[in-house]
Amino acid sequence: MHPWLEKQRHLIDFTLAALARRKAKNIGLLAAYALLVFVLASLALFTQALRKEAGFVLAASPEVIVQRMVAGRHDLIPPGYLDKIGRLRGVQKKEGRLWGYYYDPVVSANYTFMARPAEEVASGSIMLGATLARARGLQLGNLISFRSYAGKLFSFKVAALLSPDSELLAADLVLLSEEDFRAFFDYPAGHYTDIALSVANPQEVRNIAAKLANALPDSRPILREEVLRTYQSIFDWREGIVLTVLAGAILAFALLAWDKASGLSAEEKREIGILKAIGWETGDVIRMKLWEGVLVSLSAFLLGFVAAYIHVFYFGAAIFKPVLQGWAVLYPSFTLVPAVDGLQIATLAFFTIFPYSAAVLVPIWRAATTDPDAVMR
Amino acid sequence: MIQLSAVKKAFNQGRPNEYWALHGIDLAIEAGRVTALRGPSGSGKTTLLTLIGCLARPTSGRVRLRGEDISGLPERFLTEIRRQTFGFIFQQFNLIKGLSALENVILPAFPTGRPRAELVEKAEILFDQLKLGHRAAAKVEWLSGGEQQRVAIARALINDPAVIIADEPTANLDTALAREFMAILEGFTAAGKTVLLTSHDPLVVESSAVHRVVGMRDGRLVDA
Repeated sequence: MHPWLEKQRHLIDFTLAALARRKAKNIGLLAAYALLVFVLASLALFTQALRKEAGFVLAASPEVIVQRMVAGRHDLIPPGYLDKIGRLRGVQKKEGRLWGYYYDPVVSANYTFMARPAEEVASGSIMLGATLARARGLQLGNLISFRSYAGKLFSFKVAALLSPDSELLAADLVLLSEEDFRAFFDYPAGHYTDIALSVANPQEVRNIAAKLANALPDSRPILREEVLRTYQSIFDWREGIVLTVLAGAILAFALLAWDKASGLSAEEKREIGILKAIGWETGDVIRMKLWEGVLVSLSAFLLGFVAAYIHVFYFGAAIFKPVLQGWAVLYPSFTLVPAVDGLQIATLAFFTIFPYSAAVLVPIWRAATTDPDAVMR
Repeated sequence: MIQLSAVKKAFNQGRPNEYWALHGIDLAIEAGRVTALRGPSGSGKTTLLTLIGCLARPTSGRVRLRGEDISGLPERFLTEIRRQTFGFIFQQFNLIKGLSALENVILPAFPTGRPRAELVEKAEILFDQLKLGHRAAAKVEWLSGGEQQRVAIARALINDPAVIIADEPTANLDTALAREFMAILEGFTAAGKTVLLTSHDPLVVESSAVHRVVGMRDGRLVDA
């Protein structure tokens, strides 16, 4: 082996032996540091996975949704409004949608009712989101009754349960036929809740939104990218809130790690003197200590990160989930698809390994540059 | 081998607590012989050893090793000379606790980048010579004073230095162990090594193993 590599091996061997000699201090330090990385990495991984999930789920949603506004409030789309849009270049499909909210006093939760074409859901049947089905204890073929806002009782047969893959968005969803929807909500004929437009070319979306705003001044076009951005902002905001709440604890841990790393015991100073006296250069001592810093912080980073990965993707981020996923009566049960952002991890690694290694170096540099004759006195 | 001319050493120079430990030392140390520095505490023996052993630089004057002036060399070069030329046996042994005797012995050779197997082999030979083979794996804090000193001797020899420097080597040993050390000392000269030690132990300075005794008092040489 090359002498330089051999020398590094010797330094690492000595460092490991030195770490093992101060077990209690180093295990405590490693645990505190790994915990810090665990908290930060859990937050980063969970919010990143949620952002990714939101992106996946919204990928199939329409590019533009048009709502009609009256006095600054969302109002129904009147008959003929769809035709007013006319033919817009780039729009592949336009469709009036019917949806609304229903409060179910049985579980004190709000459901989202949405009409689907008759070929998808037969009249008298409904399709349910998995969370809702669990909350009401419903299975395929069961009958369920809802009392409408007009006071009439409607009974539906559960024809299908929506795939658990879509549970994040479809947790509280009830799909029913257009005819049933209009009857249940007393929805006026020919009216819609909003209009969904499919646009093939993503470059055209903004132009189409601008044309719509011109043609229908009382409308509000909502772009899919805006919805996505809103979700991202919500997750960013929640991540920020958790970080703020935890800032005190994180700072305390960071200070503890810094203090432990930057303090040299009298025994360590004596050892540095001996090493210098027996022929180690200042650089060798610093390199040895640098290896120590890198080994401790890298182990803490890997330990914390792997624990965070398991926590988020195998245990559903049990610790942070209640705050990060939002508040609801019906909590969807979903498994996050592991999504790791390389840059985010590199940043976390940099900010955990670099400051610690630097904290180790400063006192060592001071101790290592003292005269080696100190051990003789 | 080693020449000192007008060597002076001051501590805390320019400060109110300035202290001159050496006041112009002229001394020549011959190769292959044992030279002892004798004098009371505070006479400057240890300071002189640190200057010769490249652990510190003189405030003024010259230290020459094999004719080369080493008194003004930067620390990096001094370290290299210290590692290659000198082996140290300290009064308190200065072993690193928590490490085995073997690990302590090979420590000075780490910066050379020599393979570990080679270092372990060399250490085992030294342990055999010093009758310490059975204690190689033991942690140094479990060893007796005599065993600790032999570990310190083996450590001083691992880089095969030409000069052995020993500061009060028998100060922490009983008579039997001190005699054992003197026997080891004779082995050094037989191997052609130069030995420089400090002591005020009559057992050492009056021993036949010591070829020359240099007296010191108040930072100056006096007749031995």
